[in-house]
Amino acid sequence: MTVNRQTIEELAELAKISISETTIDGVSGHLDDMLQLLGQLQTINTEGIQPMAHPLETQQLLRSDIVAEPNNREALLATAPLTAEGLFLVPKVID
Amino acid sequence: MEWEIVVGLEVHLQLATKSKLFSGASTTFGAVPNTQACAIDLAMPGTLPTPNEAAFRLAVLFGLAVNAKINQHSVFERKNYFYPDLPKGYQLTQLEHPIIGAGIIDITLPDGTSKPIRLHHAHLEEDAGKSLHETSFTASGREMSAIDLNRAGTPLLEIVSEPDMRSAAEAVAYLKKIHILAKYLGISDGDMSQGSLRCDANISVRIKGEQQLGTRTEIKNINSFRFVAKAINVEARRQIDLLEDGGTLVQETRLYDADKNETRSMRTKEVANDYRYFPCPDLLPVELSDEYIAARQRELPELPDARRTRFESSYQLSTKDATQLTGERTTAEYFESVAKQTGEPKLAANWITGELAALQNRAEVSVPQVTVEQLTGLILRVKDGTISGKIAKQLLAQMMDGNDDVDTLIAAQGLKQVSDSDAIEKLVDEVIAANSTQVENYLRADEAKRAKMAGFFVGQVIKASRGQGNPKIIGQMLKQKLNARL
Repeated sequence: MTVNRQTIEELAELAKISISETTIDGVSGHLDDMLQLLGQLQTINTEGIQPMAHPLETQQLLRSDIVAEPNNREALLATAPLTAEGLFLVPKVID
Repeated sequence: MEWEIVVGLEVHLQLATKSKLFSGASTTFGAVPNTQACAIDLAMPGTLPTPNEAAFRLAVLFGLAVNAKINQHSVFERKNYFYPDLPKGYQLTQLEHPIIGAGIIDITLPDGTSKPIRLHHAHLEEDAGKSLHETSFTASGREMSAIDLNRAGTPLLEIVSEPDMRSAAEAVAYLKKIHILAKYLGISDGDMSQGSLRCDANISVRIKGEQQLGTRTEIKNINSFRFVAKAINVEARRQIDLLEDGGTLVQETRLYDADKNETRSMRTKEVANDYRYFPCPDLLPVELSDEYIAARQRELPELPDARRTRFESSYQLSTKDATQLTGERTTAEYFESVAKQTGEPKLAANWITGELAALQNRAEVSVPQVTVEQLTGLILRVKDGTISGKIAKQLLAQMMDGNDDVDTLIAAQGLKQVSDSDAIEKLVDEVIAANSTQVENYLRADEAKRAKMAGFFVGQVIKASRGQGNPKIIGQMLKQKLNARL
């Protein structure tokens, strides 16, 4: 698989990052190298092997259904650039 | 040309947990904005999610109730997209390994027949926050949207059906079945007005007899039973009209506008949605033991279908009554208590599905406001002849607003039914004397007609007794007195 210019542009848009015209070729070259390295895994026979969801050989612990978080609104709102009447403000989004 | 509508539904059910799917913040509906959103819900750096055991318990109960495969190994994945009410930039959901696999949901159609709808799977995921677009907030001259993250992280069970429904009526029956099941199991309050139950409908049409599915559209976020039916019908009509005019359908997401009763395309993005799912590295696979599943099996209550069948056979109720009584778990349990305490299941069913249901509708409540003891007492006093059915209806209405038992109400209002034959005889004589024309007509009529005409005299005597005369005794005495004149 090779990463072309169009793929880079689409991925950048999905990830909401901007990649300048001058660096786009360099980025695609880096990604190509990485994919080739990872591509070596494709040569391994994985017949009958369960896909791994996590490298740790253990299982998830579950939490009891208890309300344990107090209202911490003012402190959390203080981390946002814009707030009003207890709400976070963002530039108007229309779907 | 005959067209066939094909519908599949994705139902989002908010699970009735106290805390969120991955944090200890409260899930109570209607709290002051952002007072129930903690650092984990806000995706603050350094926080780690921990799954809520209760969400798994409720999901497994649902799976067992619809005979679905329970996947003891399930994995949370990240579904990546950007929207301001999703602070992490991804939604935690299940894709390759959902908690619930394939199952069957039997639906009951309005004509009483039933149909199996295949469940594709059901998975756990977190809800997003709420965006308020209609605000007057501005910053640097720009209009702003406001975000309330109280709902962010609330556990959802997304229940995905196969495209097995063939009409709006079937889709509504399916949704109602999930609603009833959710409430029976206690896994969700199912309150559609509060968004506890929402659905997306996948709709396509094809010529009847065709095997291939047509191009589908998805209608997002429908939040009432009525709108589901309307949205499906109006969208199917649009598709049929387009195809009959030689047009081509586009697979897309559409919105249903209830005010205009139409669907319209949501603005398509330049780059197609690509959620780039991958297993969440912050979470390990969840493994549920055999013992855990077996314990949930023991917690399963009697389900609506089983209960309806039992009510029909044990209490000799009609399918209609049994269906109405088992629609809500509280009503079913209420009926059963009254039936047992009175020893009169048929009467109990009549009162609960008739007069009490009418009073509840008027008061806009769904659960009985009259206690089991109050209704039991009322039924027993009608049965032993202390009060007439008519008086009993008046007392039932009074019981809706008060806690007095039937004997207290009868004593306070002097409503004891008059069965004393001397008192009734006096009233019967008065009525006969006051209605000589009707008496003449009665005596001249043939026997079949007389039986009908007798009702008039009974009514007059009951009226004269201010509703307290025993209709049975009045009827007997009238017949005797009138027939003596023949």
